[in-house]
Amino acid sequence: MTMIDHIPVLMIVIPILASLLILLAGWYDRRFCYPISLITILFQFGSAIAILLHVMQEGTIRYSVGGWAPPLGIELVVDSFNSYILAAILLLAAATAFYARRSVEKEIGPEKTVSFYVLFQLLITGLVGMTITGDIFNLYVFLEISSITAYTLIASARRPHSYVASFNYLILGSIAGGFILLGIANLYAATGTLNMADLAHLLPASYELATVHAAFLFLMIGFSIKAAFFPLHLWLPDAYAESPSAVTILLSTAMAKVSIYAMFRILFSVFTTAYIIDTFPVTGFILFIATVAIVAGAVLAIAQKDLKRMLAYSSVSQVGYIMFALGVANQIALEGGLLHILGHAVMKGCLFMVAGLIIYRMGTSRLSDLKGVAKTMPISCAAFALAGASMIGIPPTIGFMSKYYLVLGALEAGHWVYAAVLLLGSLLAVGYIWRFIEIAYFGDHHGDHGEDHQTRAREGPLSMLAPIVGLALLSLFLGVFVEAVMEVVGPAVSILLGGA
Amino acid sequence: MADMNGVLPAVTIAIPLLASVLILIVGRHENIREAVTIVAATAMLGSVLAMLPEILSGGRITISLLPMVPGGDFALRVDAFGMVFALTATALWLLNSFYAIGYMRSLKEHAQTRFFFCFAVAIAAAVGIAFSENLLTLFIFYEILTIITYPLVVHVETPEAMKAGRKYLAYLLVGGISLLAAVILTYTLTGTTGFVPGGFLAGSGSALILQILFLLFMVGFVKAAWMPLHGWLPAAMVAPTPVSAFLHAVAVVTAGVFGIVRIAGWVYGMDLMASLGLGTFLAVIASFTIITASLFALTEDNLKRRLAYSTVSQLSYILLGVSMLSIAGMTAAMAHIPIHAFLKITLFFVAGAVIVSAGKEYISDMKGIGRKMPVTALMFSAAAIGICGLPPLSGIISKIYLALGAVEGGMPILLLVVITSAVLNAAYFFPIIYTMLLDRPDDEHSLDSVSEPPLVMLVPIILTATVSVLIFFFPSTPFMDLIEIALAEITGSVIP
Repeated sequence: MTMIDHIPVLMIVIPILASLLILLAGWYDRRFCYPISLITILFQFGSAIAILLHVMQEGTIRYSVGGWAPPLGIELVVDSFNSYILAAILLLAAATAFYARRSVEKEIGPEKTVSFYVLFQLLITGLVGMTITGDIFNLYVFLEISSITAYTLIASARRPHSYVASFNYLILGSIAGGFILLGIANLYAATGTLNMADLAHLLPASYELATVHAAFLFLMIGFSIKAAFFPLHLWLPDAYAESPSAVTILLSTAMAKVSIYAMFRILFSVFTTAYIIDTFPVTGFILFIATVAIVAGAVLAIAQKDLKRMLAYSSVSQVGYIMFALGVANQIALEGGLLHILGHAVMKGCLFMVAGLIIYRMGTSRLSDLKGVAKTMPISCAAFALAGASMIGIPPTIGFMSKYYLVLGALEAGHWVYAAVLLLGSLLAVGYIWRFIEIAYFGDHHGDHGEDHQTRAREGPLSMLAPIVGLALLSLFLGVFVEAVMEVVGPAVSILLGGA
Repeated sequence: MADMNGVLPAVTIAIPLLASVLILIVGRHENIREAVTIVAATAMLGSVLAMLPEILSGGRITISLLPMVPGGDFALRVDAFGMVFALTATALWLLNSFYAIGYMRSLKEHAQTRFFFCFAVAIAAAVGIAFSENLLTLFIFYEILTIITYPLVVHVETPEAMKAGRKYLAYLLVGGISLLAAVILTYTLTGTTGFVPGGFLAGSGSALILQILFLLFMVGFVKAAWMPLHGWLPAAMVAPTPVSAFLHAVAVVTAGVFGIVRIAGWVYGMDLMASLGLGTFLAVIASFTIITASLFALTEDNLKRRLAYSTVSQLSYILLGVSMLSIAGMTAAMAHIPIHAFLKITLFFVAGAVIVSAGKEYISDMKGIGRKMPVTALMFSAAAIGICGLPPLSGIISKIYLALGAVEGGMPILLLVVITSAVLNAAYFFPIIYTMLLDRPDDEHSLDSVSEPPLVMLVPIILTATVSVLIFFFPSTPFMDLIEIALAEITGSVIP
């Protein structure tokens, strides 16, 4: 067993220890918290890249925790699918970590920074655990770790609305957790195992059992809530809009994507295409709902008056794109879906960062207060325009590429109408992205030539600006060099469709 | 040299992109910023001219830049028809740059750095469209052109401009989606999107599907402003005049008609178009647009808006040429691209010069303005005569080929359309000429402060008008020669 095989488990153990260290160090001096957190996240990100490269060349890494062989022991499995997701979420986590310092100082308050970084670290670790575990119950444990920390972090904004948002999410998240746990219990009842690979192996014999159908439905509903799949997205807008900026970014990029990852993993790797297409044909239904989500999310986003809330509803729409891929369920569409997991994380991360920076500088994210903001914050608004273009799907950004794959896949599967709706639906994104562009760039032509804006707002500090610009450029370059990304995404989709 | 030539298409597009970055960097220093624009425009024209000999000798320059998605690499290919567009666009961009500098400075317009930045990216996209090797690459440049021209259209930032901007985006982005659908559908049907002289769609799907596909392409190329999808073009007239010139002559509408000709000759092929009845479909749209837009033009008093409807009408000459599906018709279509561009840009330059020198936008206010601006008014008259199709200006060339195509194809009704339109053109242009040159101003002293525009604006006006005369006398250099090669390609009379 070489060094690289131990890295997956270290990616969980070291950060858990680090979060304890943050707590202890913070007792001594609060200033230690941030560096420890940043270094840990960078370590995780570096490890994720190392694992990705290793998996690309050498194939799947399997690690039995504590030396207990599966199916009894807990197994960590990193294949070309989750190594890609792992790298994607940790990329965003690292970007958020850079961004977080100034934003947290201002929004959370110095006396709470210690607990903030402890929870922040635990949340990321929970997400990493969900991504790399090969054991379905272990997945649930990590899901709860990340969920509970997320509830607390949302409330850490300490505004009345954020308590309500946190509580709402707590209720719905717990319901989701309940469904998932019931699903897992049913699977265990049907097969007697909790190891995912083992489940995939044993389940086909029980495909006709009502227990298995029930398990499938419970898991679907549970993860649909967690992933905010329309119409189970009700917790999302408040949770995103009312949480501190750094938390919003982490929730909307890393956490949302991991929930979707878990759904993909369970549908394709535990139940396999044989079940979701033939035994319990659910893909057509998912495709329909996904298309509704794309349109409804975008329409709701257009109706918002607040920048963060608008972006939150946009996420509801964008989750629809990814689920669209799941509904079509062929190679090309799934490539588009996985591409969109990365692409949407990058661009939405950038957009929320800009929204956070605007709040940081101006203390508001009401669209009507942001007239002419591009004059005082030109770099962040340019980044918003670029990431926004990607959200709309203007070539050659990453957003265009994933849309292209999705439509191509849908046409290949003969879903002409859905392809048409997806294309037209993507135009709706213009409706909300362009609203901000108009207000920011061309908004101050009504006489008040923004004297007060100039005094109130200026371009953000470098530590916040750098990740914003980085992610905006990434949304362009990932699109231009999409072929390189497909080298990773292609095998990942093969894993999904191969079943194992 | 062969290697050198191989990268020239990419270099041509890279020059303005590089310039756009420089423009942002040196934005505060106006003179340096403008120098960047001029140097880039000159270099770009030079780079296009450097490729001309190879293309004129029947060669093509292909360069594959990046593998992309299934459906096409990001690849460029310079062929004779692409050269027609690229040459027109780059030559006019250089002149338009001088003109724009004079215009923007005279009117002390705001946000000039943004303006010149967008201009530079837009010309890169336009030449990218000309040099695209496949539909997907073309689509990418086409969308970039849409987005980057938006800030130009809404430049003045008045509520009216914002409204026009929304209209502009609504039409062009819906068009873009339609084009994307068409590109993907083409790929699904044939497994390729690369342009092939003579087309590659034949036999790939049922007649109905190919007809629907054509409709998608047509909606996609809404930049050709065919009626009833022309509304964005007159609305976009709120933009500063150099932008109008850019929209109407240099790049935007030209990109639309270029796309339609490309589709007809290099995706469908004339035989397939004929067997699907698409020629008739196109002829109906084109005839309707030509006549209706001319009638609209008659009623407009705002000079720029009248010119806009004139453009809508003139663009459909190109569609009419394509619809004939014959050598003569295609010749007319391709020739009308540079011919119309040089004539129309002259007219817009003059309209802008009148705004700068006299502050007048309405034709009824321009009485006797030719006394104070004789050269400008004369150039306007010349270009207007050209559009009407009278010698000694280039406009007559495409008219003759159109008439020839109509007669050859046994479609006298189309001949009637061409003649009617010529009469209508005269009906809406001659009153302007009369007003400018012959009419007396209502108040003799109202024009006292009016004079010719600054030289940076006047010289481009004279040059574009002169080119239009030169094309009449020397049609083959280089445009008709290029068109001949392009036609030989798509009709298969030489092996491509």
